[in-house]
Amino acid sequence: MHEILIKNAFVIDPIQGIHGDIMDISVRDGRIVDKVSGTCEVIDAGGNLTLPGGIDSHTHVCGTKVNFGRYMSPEDMRAGRTPRRGAMYHTSGYTVPTTYGNSYRYSKMGYTTLLEGAMAPMEARHTHEEFAATPMQDMLANTLFDGNWNLFEAVGDKDIRQAAAVIGWTLSAVRGFGVKLTNPGGTEAWGFGDDLSSIDETVPNWDITPRDIIDTSIKACEFLHLPHSVHLHCNNLGMPGNYRTTLQTLDIPSDLNPDRQTLYLTHVQFHSYGGSTWGDISSEAEKVASSVNTKPQVVIDMGQVMFGRTMTMTADGPMEFRLYTLHHNKWSNHDVELETGSGVIPVYYSRKSPVNSIMWAIGLELALLVKNPWQCMLTTDNPNGAPFVKYPEIIGLLMSNLYREKELDQVHKLTTDRTSLGTIDRELSFEDIAVMTRAGQAKALGIIDQGKGHLKEGALADIAIYPVKPDQTDPSLQYEEVIGAFQQTLYTLKDGFVVNRDGEVIRGIPNRTFWVNANLPDDMDVMKSPRFVEKFSRYYSVDLENYMVQDDYVERGIEMNTHVA
Amino acid sequence: MEDKIRHVICPYCGCLCDDILIEMTGGEISGVENACTLGARKFLDDAGNRLKGPIMRKGDEWVDISYEEAIDYAVKVLSEADRPLLYGWSGCMTETQAIGAHLAELIGGIVDSTTSVCHGPSILAIQEVGHPGCTLGQVKNRADTIIYWGSNTIEAHPRHLSRYTNYADAYFFHNAFRERKVIVVDVRKTVTAEIATEFVQIDQGGDYHVLSALRAIIRERGGVIPDMVAGVPKAQLIRVAEICRQAKFGALFFGVGITMTGGKYKNIRNAIEFISELNRYTKWTISPMRGHSNVYGSNEVFTWISGYPFAVDYSRGIAFYNPGETTAVDILARKEADAALIMSSDPGAHFPRVCSEHLARIPTILFDPYPSATTHLCTLQIPTAVNGIDAAGTAYRMDGIPIMTRRFMETVYPTDTKLMQEIYDRIRKVKEDA
Repeated sequence: MHEILIKNAFVIDPIQGIHGDIMDISVRDGRIVDKVSGTCEVIDAGGNLTLPGGIDSHTHVCGTKVNFGRYMSPEDMRAGRTPRRGAMYHTSGYTVPTTYGNSYRYSKMGYTTLLEGAMAPMEARHTHEEFAATPMQDMLANTLFDGNWNLFEAVGDKDIRQAAAVIGWTLSAVRGFGVKLTNPGGTEAWGFGDDLSSIDETVPNWDITPRDIIDTSIKACEFLHLPHSVHLHCNNLGMPGNYRTTLQTLDIPSDLNPDRQTLYLTHVQFHSYGGSTWGDISSEAEKVASSVNTKPQVVIDMGQVMFGRTMTMTADGPMEFRLYTLHHNKWSNHDVELETGSGVIPVYYSRKSPVNSIMWAIGLELALLVKNPWQCMLTTDNPNGAPFVKYPEIIGLLMSNLYREKELDQVHKLTTDRTSLGTIDRELSFEDIAVMTRAGQAKALGIIDQGKGHLKEGALADIAIYPVKPDQTDPSLQYEEVIGAFQQTLYTLKDGFVVNRDGEVIRGIPNRTFWVNANLPDDMDVMKSPRFVEKFSRYYSVDLENYMVQDDYVERGIEMNTHVA
Repeated sequence: MEDKIRHVICPYCGCLCDDILIEMTGGEISGVENACTLGARKFLDDAGNRLKGPIMRKGDEWVDISYEEAIDYAVKVLSEADRPLLYGWSGCMTETQAIGAHLAELIGGIVDSTTSVCHGPSILAIQEVGHPGCTLGQVKNRADTIIYWGSNTIEAHPRHLSRYTNYADAYFFHNAFRERKVIVVDVRKTVTAEIATEFVQIDQGGDYHVLSALRAIIRERGGVIPDMVAGVPKAQLIRVAEICRQAKFGALFFGVGITMTGGKYKNIRNAIEFISELNRYTKWTISPMRGHSNVYGSNEVFTWISGYPFAVDYSRGIAFYNPGETTAVDILARKEADAALIMSSDPGAHFPRVCSEHLARIPTILFDPYPSATTHLCTLQIPTAVNGIDAAGTAYRMDGIPIMTRRFMETVYPTDTKLMQEIYDRIRKVKEDA
């Protein structure tokens, strides 16, 4: 039996409705309990901010394209090296750190759960192998369906049940968690070097549109009772004027789920551009945020851009090619047969660039204009907008108008004309931040019942204690202290053990992988469909028998069983 | 008793064909279907050719020793070494490769894979300009134009054409074989060249020139090109460039014929930039023809652990990468290594003589099920179960597709994963106790 008592904690736990009370937290054998024995280890939180462990609901940390970002970038590996020390392996990398680098740095910031944003089903083993080497966090994998031919056939037949059968089988087969659509239809078009520019354009060689793919996937997802909703990277990422596509997409889903959103739109900053060229690009964050404000069925994440060097990586292959023709930097691409695409290129976001400055402002506008923090998660689409180590600075910007004004002074002057950032005086509270960095994620991902994102009795004892006393701190003036506090916890606990103290990993705990086993009735089993099996063997380059991910890859898997209606 | 095992993964080359059918009789492999000659021999030549147990050199003699004694020796040598080289890895599964990378970190050694003597230059080029690639099934379903450059595929990767390119079923063609064009570029008329729609025979070392000429034509700067470029007539270059530009989906595959000739990584850089250029007009991808079954896995594993695909030096505690300095051949040629662990590879057959001489001088521990040229250089050889026959694990195909190989035979041999874990755990204890 292992027990810890955390005393004098300033707790904010939005899921439980605890808004900043000084209280004690009892932990036994990895779970929050009512009380512990008098002899256990005691941690004095000293009135410091104590939150459930952080959850990132959209990050790129493990898998084929992340590793390709490392592989092609020795210059980035040199930019962040630490030697083996104590319980820590060595690390390399700044924008795309090695798995241990990611894991230790997230842990230092109090994060205990990460959702890898894009796993190609066919390359799932790679993602799971890297999950096993990301020891400080529990992991989940969003699984790519944007160019999935089996799904396309079901969409073409307008057969939601068949779409659900394909999605359910695939998630179970590859030990995936949620449904990810990245530029739906566009990645298939990229197979022959094309892209789509509207959600109503027909996918080449398929009599369907992105709208059809999105709509059918949403309904199939709800039919399967998946914990998470469809997780969508909209079409037209990064194109001036793309806010129209985003608004049209926001209009697709009706409210189909009482427990969470029906559609999760990721890195919306990259999808809220007005204008028609790079010369007249402007922010349309107000229109996008207004739409979100009227749609409780939608959750977004920011995809904030922060200045400096980073690496872009996405399944959106055609977008990366466009970026390459702009930057003329090194370009990698990796199409995955019958499923999806991907691309990687390094970028530098400069505050002297009007476009980059406007992008920076748009992310902040979205977070400040979306009224309900439960509908806007704090992300950078790590590392696309910036490496996740920049999250504390984003928190500072959202909590302090003064800091925003100072920063706005430093960026390209056009930002003031082309965005509304300078006119917004909202300052987010510690509770807003707690929602946007853990509680909201737990709800959006549907993992509250797994004991994530809160400190209720029975919850997983994942806890972050930050060196800041909210009742004695004015974030709008003392933003530097707030930033410092979120950069490094006093203590990070995972599964009831102190795993990180003052920035040093002091022990590793075997992590878990949450995956969905979608239980389907016999008549929905695609393996019994001769058409499915025949097409698979003809067009995939591996045998069906070698495609499905073995249990060896999820030794510490948490199987979340779902059942159709 | 006869048994048939289907969907076996061939552990020979980077194609990782996963449709092999093995027939077993009396516990031994008696037949192989679907595999190429190279793969079939890998399975059929297994029986009777393995070492029975670890062997240790004592003077001019080989002495049989136990696995315990072998591990004791390995632990002692590796924990006492100042500059140990851990080389090979491309026949190991990723599970073993990961332990190897951590072992190198633990003992401050150098970990390098066979990459440094095959597609190392390709990786250096990718680190300069990126890599527009795709999975092999993407080529199979879509490609109407295929280039093999410096790769005699029919002899080196015999099933590449039938599974993934020219002869494979394609979703977007009725009769793929008749609708596809194959261009072969090589210095001699290889067997592969004989099936080409267009064979471009270039002078030895002329790759860079020919690629530059093709890029110029694609950019509509063909006027600057002389009548002959490295043995290729200008008219043919223009014809080839036009085929490339007209393709709906093109795929260029390149072999060590271009990575290991003069110009090395600059050749590959030029080839990648040629493909990047073509993508402004149509769709093209480029892919290296990786040799060993899991050499690509070693690059992937070393990258997520250390940040670098090969040639990682831990002597300063941090991961340090400088191919040409931290590559196995260079470490050995400079006589720096004072101990070597060779994992399932055969440097004795491939390295320069000075490197082999140095390996013979220092304690060299070889993990290999079979006798090889390196046997003659090593101090200790430890046979293990054969990956893909009596051991299973993860291997990465040449295009990055991870597959779990199958274990289909009972074994008395320990796996290299188990032995490496034991060595790692024991050395860690030695270090902690010190």
